[in-house]
Amino acid sequence: MEFTCLSRGGFFYFPPCHMLEVCGFRIQFDCPMDFSALPIFSPVPLDFDVISDEELSTHPGNGSFNLENVSEEKIEKPLDVGSLIKAEPWYKIIKNLRLWNLSFTDIVLISSPMGMLGLPFLTRQKGFSAKIYATEATARLGKMMMDDLVAMHMEFKQFYGSEDDATPQWMRQEELELLHHALKEVAFGQDEADLGGWMPMYSAADVKDCMKKVETVRYGEEACYNGALVIKALSCGLEIGACNWTINGPKRDIAYISSSIFSSSNAMNFDYLALQGETIIYSDFSSVESMNDILNDTSGSLTENLMALSRNEETLANLLSDPAESVGESEKLSFICSCAIQSVESGGSVLIPINRLGVTLQLLEQISASLDCSNLKVPIYLISSVAEELLALANVIPEWLCKQRQEKLFSGEPMFAFVDLLKEKKLHAFPAVHSPKLLINWQEPCVVFCPHWSLRLGPVVHLLRRWCGDPSSLLVLEKGLDAELALLPFRPMSMKVLQCAFLSGIKLDKVRPLLKVLQPKVVMLPENLSRLINTNTESCTVFSYSEGETLRVPNLKDSLELEIAPDLAMSFCWRKLQQGNIDIARLKGELSLNCGKFKLFPENAHVATDQRPLIHWGQPDLKKLLNVLSKMGIEGSLQQSDAESSNVGVIRIHDPTEAVIEIQDSRTIISVADKTLCARIFDAVDSILNGV
Amino acid sequence: MTIDCLVLGAGQEVGKSCVVVTINGKRIMFDCGMHMGYLDHRRYPDFSRISASRDYNTVLSCVIITHFHLDHIGALPYFTEVCGYNGPIYMTFPTMALAPLMLEDYRKVMVDRRGEAEQFSNDHIMECMKKVIPVDLKQTIQVDEDLQIRAYYAGHVLGAAMFYAKVGDAAMVYTGDYNMTPDRHLGAAQIDRMQLDLLITESTYATTIRDSKYGREREFLKAVHNCVASGGKVLIPTFALGRAQELCILLDDYWERMNLKIPIYFSAGLTVQANMYYKMLISWTSQKVKETYTTRNAFDFKNVQKFDRSMIDAPGPCVLFATPGMISGGFSLEVFKRWAPSKLNLITLPGYCVAGTIGHKLMSGKPTKIDLDKDTQIDVQCQIHQLAFSPHTDSKGIMDLVKFLSPKHVILVHGEKPKMVTLKERIHSELGIPCHDPANNETVSISSTLSIKAESSSTFIQSCSTPNFKFLKRNLNDKINSKELSSKEGGTSSMFTRRRSNPHVKHLNRNLDEKFDSSLSCGPELEVSDDRVNEGILVMEKGKKTKVVHQDELLLLLGEQEHEVRFANCSPIYFGSLDDTHVMDCISRKSLWLSQLSSKLSSELSDRNVQNFGEYLQVESFTLSICSKESCPYRTTNRIENESAAAFYCCSWLVTDEVLAWQIISILEKHDLSST
Ligand SMILES: [Zn+2]
Ligand SMILES: [Zn+2]
Repeated sequence: MEFTCLSRGGFFYFPPCHMLEVCGFRIQFDCPMDFSALPIFSPVPLDFDVISDEELSTHPGNGSFNLENVSEEKIEKPLDVGSLIKAEPWYKIIKNLRLWNLSFTDIVLISSPMGMLGLPFLTRQKGFSAKIYATEATARLGKMMMDDLVAMHMEFKQFYGSEDDATPQWMRQEELELLHHALKEVAFGQDEADLGGWMPMYSAADVKDCMKKVETVRYGEEACYNGALVIKALSCGLEIGACNWTINGPKRDIAYISSSIFSSSNAMNFDYLALQGETIIYSDFSSVESMNDILNDTSGSLTENLMALSRNEETLANLLSDPAESVGESEKLSFICSCAIQSVESGGSVLIPINRLGVTLQLLEQISASLDCSNLKVPIYLISSVAEELLALANVIPEWLCKQRQEKLFSGEPMFAFVDLLKEKKLHAFPAVHSPKLLINWQEPCVVFCPHWSLRLGPVVHLLRRWCGDPSSLLVLEKGLDAELALLPFRPMSMKVLQCAFLSGIKLDKVRPLLKVLQPKVVMLPENLSRLINTNTESCTVFSYSEGETLRVPNLKDSLELEIAPDLAMSFCWRKLQQGNIDIARLKGELSLNCGKFKLFPENAHVATDQRPLIHWGQPDLKKLLNVLSKMGIEGSLQQSDAESSNVGVIRIHDPTEAVIEIQDSRTIISVADKTLCARIFDAVDSILNGV
Repeated sequence: MTIDCLVLGAGQEVGKSCVVVTINGKRIMFDCGMHMGYLDHRRYPDFSRISASRDYNTVLSCVIITHFHLDHIGALPYFTEVCGYNGPIYMTFPTMALAPLMLEDYRKVMVDRRGEAEQFSNDHIMECMKKVIPVDLKQTIQVDEDLQIRAYYAGHVLGAAMFYAKVGDAAMVYTGDYNMTPDRHLGAAQIDRMQLDLLITESTYATTIRDSKYGREREFLKAVHNCVASGGKVLIPTFALGRAQELCILLDDYWERMNLKIPIYFSAGLTVQANMYYKMLISWTSQKVKETYTTRNAFDFKNVQKFDRSMIDAPGPCVLFATPGMISGGFSLEVFKRWAPSKLNLITLPGYCVAGTIGHKLMSGKPTKIDLDKDTQIDVQCQIHQLAFSPHTDSKGIMDLVKFLSPKHVILVHGEKPKMVTLKERIHSELGIPCHDPANNETVSISSTLSIKAESSSTFIQSCSTPNFKFLKRNLNDKINSKELSSKEGGTSSMFTRRRSNPHVKHLNRNLDEKFDSSLSCGPELEVSDDRVNEGILVMEKGKKTKVVHQDELLLLLGEQEHEVRFANCSPIYFGSLDDTHVMDCISRKSLWLSQLSSKLSSELSDRNVQNFGEYLQVESFTLSICSKESCPYRTTNRIENESAAAFYCCSWLVTDEVLAWQIISILEKHDLSST
């Protein structure tokens, strides 16, 4: 098996992407879109609010690059809104993916809606024929997110006018050279300007086409690929519908662990016990990502704690389901709520551009509850082209939700508070900021949930322009976003900004207990992670992987499970070996591979076969042979051998007819002119040898 | 191994479905229903037959409920709360959500009707539901280490499922009630093709074949419309869930189209909660309902209102849905008593009513009077419309399912005895599958499959799974340099070149693959042999896992040396007069003879490939060369009749080619080139 990490991704919206070759099949894990470079583009200037237009026109360098400034001067002017590219943005896919011939990919496994956003780039390519698996919920949420992206991007298209297929102006080398160095670094990293991984936005038709190629599964459903692999999605807790995968083939059982959350307040919990398998691909980078932030703060004591970990399964399980994690999360949410209430009380509005369905649903509940508590009549808006669809969906997928939500279904209550909020007109869902219904309903202060977290696309752009100057308004951002750059077009910002990190995966201190519970034989860990946790004491073999490198993992099984159909087994002709305990039989049948298991069936055209042994071993005892022969009525005598070839024994048969049996060290030759006698002598020789 | 099926209910009847199946030591209870037609002990399955000591927790691995109808779940609270079963109970999400409504509705009816001591309380229902584990469709669930179960969509009612269960190699499916054709709000049953030892199927309509549903639906709508148009009242007795929603979608849609303003009522407690469940469980409905739920949820009924008891005698036409179905008591009976005497009114009845209910009495003949008890008699003047569409499959659907799954055995339950017998015989005669229709409390035992599990070497699998085609052409001599060959394997040892047996010689006329095109261009003389399947050896050692190895690996595994057993023979053969050839040197004479023999054998053995390697001929493992030794050890006859025309040939073969070898020898015996 070969494993290549194509991209380690980064934070929640950019899951990792890998390529795995196993049992002769190539499997790609996830196909995210890399939004990291989107902030180099300027958001769409729009006339929704007049202020923003005025503000924009006061900036120098608006319209095109200011060529005078760039001339020969070494000193670059500071980064400002004018440095941003004013053109229809392009989007990045995984760079390393270009090194692979996509027509050879057999399977794509999508673990979360975020891992799906780059999929239309793949499926619209010629020659792409892989089977794509995703859970039903992921597929539906992913489709909505893609549709929403296309709709939001449409604003750019409308503003800049549709360009022909040619390379856009800004992508020309001379234009790129003029780009501010800070933007260059965001866009291309340390590399030279490399635009190979950049793509123009896909179309709604591309999304539709892409969805046709997706095969949806439910949690725990066995999908059988080509008879050889059994693929199963299991809940991971990160988001509604998000999953881990198990892949069982005839030669290997693999569990793929993506970012997982042990106890989630919306999605079905991390079903880790189902991942007990021999090989684990650990692909949760969240703890590594957050480690980079915390630096060396507590890792020392952590490791010590872990060393003291007992092997007791129960304690391990307790540690994994430790509620502290979810308590921490709800504290975070309460804090956001209290900040939101403060803003609203002081007459400001709250803008929450977070595209995590789980977090949105929870914040919605908590903020509305807090508003009720404080007796504030402040409307909550959910603005997105798919807002209504999203809410409708959330209410009809109990099978994908956590226990607490399911309980509500069983006790006859709505699973989410938004159902009542909508009825009570406390919550409103609108497709866009300019939709007529919104304009009629609009009230400030208010609380708005809307895309897009990059602050370049969608309703958030217009609302930010509206409120950025208001010191009592609040913007809630998620960690992982370069706020400095993201907020550049909205400067000067008087608005309060709250940036917080939500739980996005398995915490570092749970990695080892988890591995202890799962007891794999082989674990593949991200390099940075295997350095952080002490894996020396593990009973399993640990391989570390890093981006762009291919890891070869040797096969563990030298034998394969084979099932023999009962009707075939009946036809066996068993033979006991002389050394005692061993029975052997010759096997004949048709092999089939179904659901990763080999099974041997009787052949259809059953040829009546001679059951005579075809292969022999052992040393024939000449005296014994003579004995056997004489019992069969065949008389012969041992011919004294010549001195030179002492290891050749010859038996001459004279009754019923002449025959010769020549016995050498590793071969016996029977020479008889008579067919019947020949067969009988063979039986005699056979009886003193082992054979099958 | 056997699978034992103890039928505790729905054996040769409809009602109290309950089958306890024992597979390889695991015991599963499928459904735990009650019989609507009885009020005494016969209403529940006789659980004591599962365990005399009534220790159900140790004997049962799990209980599986297929859907929320009372004849499938009605006894569950009794079984868990009164009989004390504590183990796992599986049902689908919708069944789990809707079952408490059904059970509570029924419990109230029972208590209302005769104030009899309740069999179970509302708390019992709630406690019972806490033990339930919800399952999703197609999800493989590991009940314990050995027992696997999986639910498949069954149509019938929301959340109805067929259940697959597997223990070791033995597998079975219990269908519960199912529908093979989609209806207004549900899809048709769906299941994978699997290897099954047993299929237990319902057989409500064992002999009925239904035509198009739409015609039947139109009949129903017409009957209802006619009734209300002439000012009558329509009573539709249904259970809270299932049929009620289906008919309501039908009526709501019709009212909309015809712009009718006559009120449709739901009796109290029936609508609100049930419809809310239906809305949340939309993913379990039909494709059409699912696709439109964002714009309009099909369970938002526009024309439906709540009914109040005081409206029973209110004047004017209306349509009323009232529980329970089959008019077995409760509110539907109350309304029936008041509406039945009027000719204007209409009562609709489902296609099937359990014996003992008023519905059943109304269906059998056209009674004008019904005795409720010895004091009460109801005058029946109203019209009766029997619904001709049903959420159950018809006999064609049953046959289709049985044929599709092709199990080794079929057991029929949930039907009427005479019809079941007919169906049983059809399954047996048309599909050749043994079929049983046990009565209640009977046990059917069938044998289950047991396959051997072995550890197989990769080499064996490879030899099986990669086609091992050999391309043999008639005349290889021009390609193979015979001198090279003979110099490598000098002397007699070349006679013993071992070749694998290949009994599967096939003539392939079709193109195999592009890769093979070049070799195929050689023409139709080409033979392809595929010896994929015959080289495995099963090794069973006490205390070790059974192994399958390739023939070539066996000796290594056993740590043994091969001892080859061959046959050899040296016999005279007659060629033409030696005079013609004696001028030639010995070698060219030999090669002349060999090629004569080669063409002779080729023509005699048309299905074999005779190869001439210059020094010797080879057919399969049979080798032949001209023997010029003075005394060959394998020469059994020294008598030569015509010395001048004779030579000796030495041949050798393996036991696999025994038949072939003797065939060749007899050809050569008859051979006399001097005579030609
Ligand atoms: Zn039913
Ligand atoms: Zn039934």
